[in-house]
Amino acid sequence: MSRHGATGLRSVRLNIGEMSAIVPESLSFCFEIIVQGTPLEGAKLLMDRVALKGYCPHCEETFDIKDFVFVCPACGGTAIETIQGQELSIVEMEVE
Amino acid sequence: MKVSVVRNILEANERIAEQNKALFRQHHLLVINLMSSPGAGKTSLLEKTIDALNKDLRIGVIEGDIQSTSDAERIARKGVPAVQINTGGACHLDGNMIRETFPEFDFSRLDLLVVENVGNLVCPAEFKVGEDFKAMILSVAEGDDKPSKYPLMFHESKVLLINKIDLLPYVDCSVEKIMKDSLNINPELAIFQVSCKTGEGLGEWYRWLQERVKEKSQAFKNESQG
Repeated sequence: MSRHGATGLRSVRLNIGEMSAIVPESLSFCFEIIVQGTPLEGAKLLMDRVALKGYCPHCEETFDIKDFVFVCPACGGTAIETIQGQELSIVEMEVE
Repeated sequence: MKVSVVRNILEANERIAEQNKALFRQHHLLVINLMSSPGAGKTSLLEKTIDALNKDLRIGVIEGDIQSTSDAERIARKGVPAVQINTGGACHLDGNMIRETFPEFDFSRLDLLVVENVGNLVCPAEFKVGEDFKAMILSVAEGDDKPSKYPLMFHESKVLLINKIDLLPYVDCSVEKIMKDSLNINPELAIFQVSCKTGEGLGEWYRWLQERVKEKSQAFKNESQG
């Protein structure tokens, strides 16, 4: 933070995919403990759930994957690429 | 002031996993990350597989457990190189733990390396270690609701072995349901029904695995000719 001239961290925003092994409540709980007594104390951890979406290369359909069924609703294709819903990423930080 | 970042939190692990993968490629080595619940039969499957394929393939094993060296000892008794990782509490293996075992192996003398992950149906699916693919075992005693409860693991695997089918008369478990639900999550999943106790169904698994090893070395030959 000091290298970038920031004095404090207000918040960190994460993207958490629907199909990731991440439990937001547990992550929040750990975050609060881990920042205690550090320059990050008081920072908020904001988390957005990212819905699971697939793309079918066969018919070029993009669709929501419901109940983890990886089959194209338009053509029945099964070579589905997951385009979102597995992330665990930092997307934004608010510093002061 | 808001700062846009967009970084994958598992990036550090993925970088090491890619380096591991590059090293395995240099040695034309097929690497499998084997995952399941505790007690589903990972080590038993490896013992059977080593017995069956040891004449044709040079196999090495990395054993991951929270504690104890009993699995690596079981594998070493089969006469193949085996290294035990004790995670000391961690519920999965990661790229760095695998990298630390490298001095123990001579990869130029191996065709197949199996990484037996810590028994757990959740976290191992999130961490790459440098494998060509993930394989998983589900034993029928665990119940047929597992694919719908742990979809990520079934989605990330290339092959599923449904083990302990000799117990089917004694447990309430529908293999059809396991297959239907797993194929919904992962339509490309290869599935074998096996019993490591009676040996039933293992022949097909051995043939499939040998094909994958052949495919890997063939891909390498094509590349070096091309």
